[in-house]
Amino acid sequence: MALLELSDVTKAYPTPEGGLNVVLDVPSLQLAEGEHVALEGASGSGKTTLLHIIAGILTPDSGSVSLAGHELTSLTESKVDRVRAKHIGYVFQTFNLLQGYTALENVLLGMAFGSGQNVDRAHALLGRVGIADKASHLPSQLSVGQQQRVAIARAVANRPSLLLADEPTGNLDAEMAQTALTLLREACEEVGAAILLVSHDPAALGIFEERRSLADINHALQSGGEA
Amino acid sequence: MRTILLIAKKSLARHALSTSITAGSLALACGLVIGVFSIQQQSYEAFTTGAPGFDAVLGARGSQLQLVMNSVLHLDTSPGNIPYTSYVEMRDDPRVKLAVPYAVGDNYKGHRVVGTSKELLTEFEYGEGVGYRVMKGGRVFSELKMEAVIGSQVARATGLRVGSHLHFEHGIREDVGHDHDEDYVVVGILEPTNTPTDKVIWVPLEGMYRLSGHVLRGDGQVYEPKPNEDIPDEVKEVSAVMLAFKSPQTGFQFSQQVNGGKEMTLAWPIARVMAQLFDKIGWAHQILSLVAYLVCVVGAASILASLYNAMNERRREFAILRALGARRATVFGAILAESTAIAAIGAVAGILVYGIVFTAAAHVIRAEAGIVLDLWQYHPSLWMAPVGVTVLGALAGIVPAMKAYGTDVATHLVPHS
Repeated sequence: MALLELSDVTKAYPTPEGGLNVVLDVPSLQLAEGEHVALEGASGSGKTTLLHIIAGILTPDSGSVSLAGHELTSLTESKVDRVRAKHIGYVFQTFNLLQGYTALENVLLGMAFGSGQNVDRAHALLGRVGIADKASHLPSQLSVGQQQRVAIARAVANRPSLLLADEPTGNLDAEMAQTALTLLREACEEVGAAILLVSHDPAALGIFEERRSLADINHALQSGGEA
Repeated sequence: MRTILLIAKKSLARHALSTSITAGSLALACGLVIGVFSIQQQSYEAFTTGAPGFDAVLGARGSQLQLVMNSVLHLDTSPGNIPYTSYVEMRDDPRVKLAVPYAVGDNYKGHRVVGTSKELLTEFEYGEGVGYRVMKGGRVFSELKMEAVIGSQVARATGLRVGSHLHFEHGIREDVGHDHDEDYVVVGILEPTNTPTDKVIWVPLEGMYRLSGHVLRGDGQVYEPKPNEDIPDEVKEVSAVMLAFKSPQTGFQFSQQVNGGKEMTLAWPIARVMAQLFDKIGWAHQILSLVAYLVCVVGAASILASLYNAMNERRREFAILRALGARRATVFGAILAESTAIAAIGAVAGILVYGIVFTAAAHVIRAEAGIVLDLWQYHPSLWMAPVGVTVLGALAGIVPAMKAYGTDVATHLVPHS
């Protein structure tokens, strides 16, 4: 049984002219447990919308999304939140660290809504990504690379089944990007999490054995998006 | 819950200035509410149920309240004089336990000088079995000498000690330039009684009559006392006669008798007359209460405004938390916890404000009326106001919490691509 299974998922947004802009039309997408997949997609290809739908942040207009045996489209919002807290880790292009919270607290919040806060594990994770000494630092006191490490530690803090990475190297230089992605994959392997990474950065995509083009998956790109 | 508290705590720390200002306004509100109700209750009790020791006051025809204010609280002006013979009649009436004459009209540095008889200091009991006591080293004045016994508050305020000499001023308020020539000497200082007596200078009635410039009209004619010549009782006057009766029925009998006439007024019972004062100034209490309540509402509104205005800048924070798995209820609860915490801080600080307000008010009341208020005397507002302010603050958080609750994650997390 696949960890993630999307079937006939569509999503459209209204246009100023009163029409609909279909940004996502995915007939089928599957991901097995522990599988690491990179999706290549240019800006505007529906990458973020796809990840939001998988995470239950957005509801598709049609189709089904099954994650770890849960059909997200048929669950209440509260239950979707619970599934997300338990099964999803998320790494954003802009890291989305909570300002005003220390690195340690950011990691603690990554596990707070799932298994619960565990300070020892949070410290261990910061050590795992090489910034144990920055635990009490605020995001504004960290370099960009260090912020990304905190984001990775936070994303795997809850031992997710699936880690979603949205342009995770978009704000990093090539060397930092390689380091971050290596860390990301290692951290996911350690917790047995699958990875679905979307990026347009060839360097980022390069370290993944399995790469797919979003254009092959998202038929909306082929039809031009207007409905 | 731990996560909700962490989110609330972080926000309070990040918005320390607005948190402090908002909590401060609620502290003011809470302190005012407690202060208004507590001071009102204690003042009422002190003025109406605190035993003045006397049952009634006999004075010139006029307002009973003015008579009581003047003779019991030593405030306000005297409604006029009555013949000394009226005092003598009361003193000699078998139904009267104690009659003490008062003659007012002079002051020393703003402290009232009251001419009276020695019985006030030797026989009168202002509490159950408690009479005035002169401090060690002093004594009660001699009724035919220029001697004074001063209240403890007078001693503290003026620095007068036993042996100090003083000249009185004419009138009941300090008005430099109208000193009497007579030289009085302090022979005793009363131990504190926490009653209006503490702010009075007591002198012999005879001495008051003989102060330069004083004339007597007890028999309707102007009489100027002469040295070494007895003053006839018929010409003497008193401002009031303080009366203690042997039985409560006596007060009713005298009240019917005196108040049915046209020359004098009997204020009886004193506590009821004082209660009338509070009835008359009840509107002031209502206004103060209203102001205190309004400050509470303003404080709660400031919580609402500060949290609501911060919602826009915090939407991204909520979106991130939601992306991490936080439920809408968690975000809602965090804002409520925040508003409740601000209000609770304000409520606790409000007790401190109450202490300051109460101490300041008690100081004024003691100085003006000689009544001592107790900061820690129980009043339901001591717990109801802090609890009420906290609940009000929590309720004020509902609107911003609803806004946070409605935060759209996808919109505020990252731009659509």
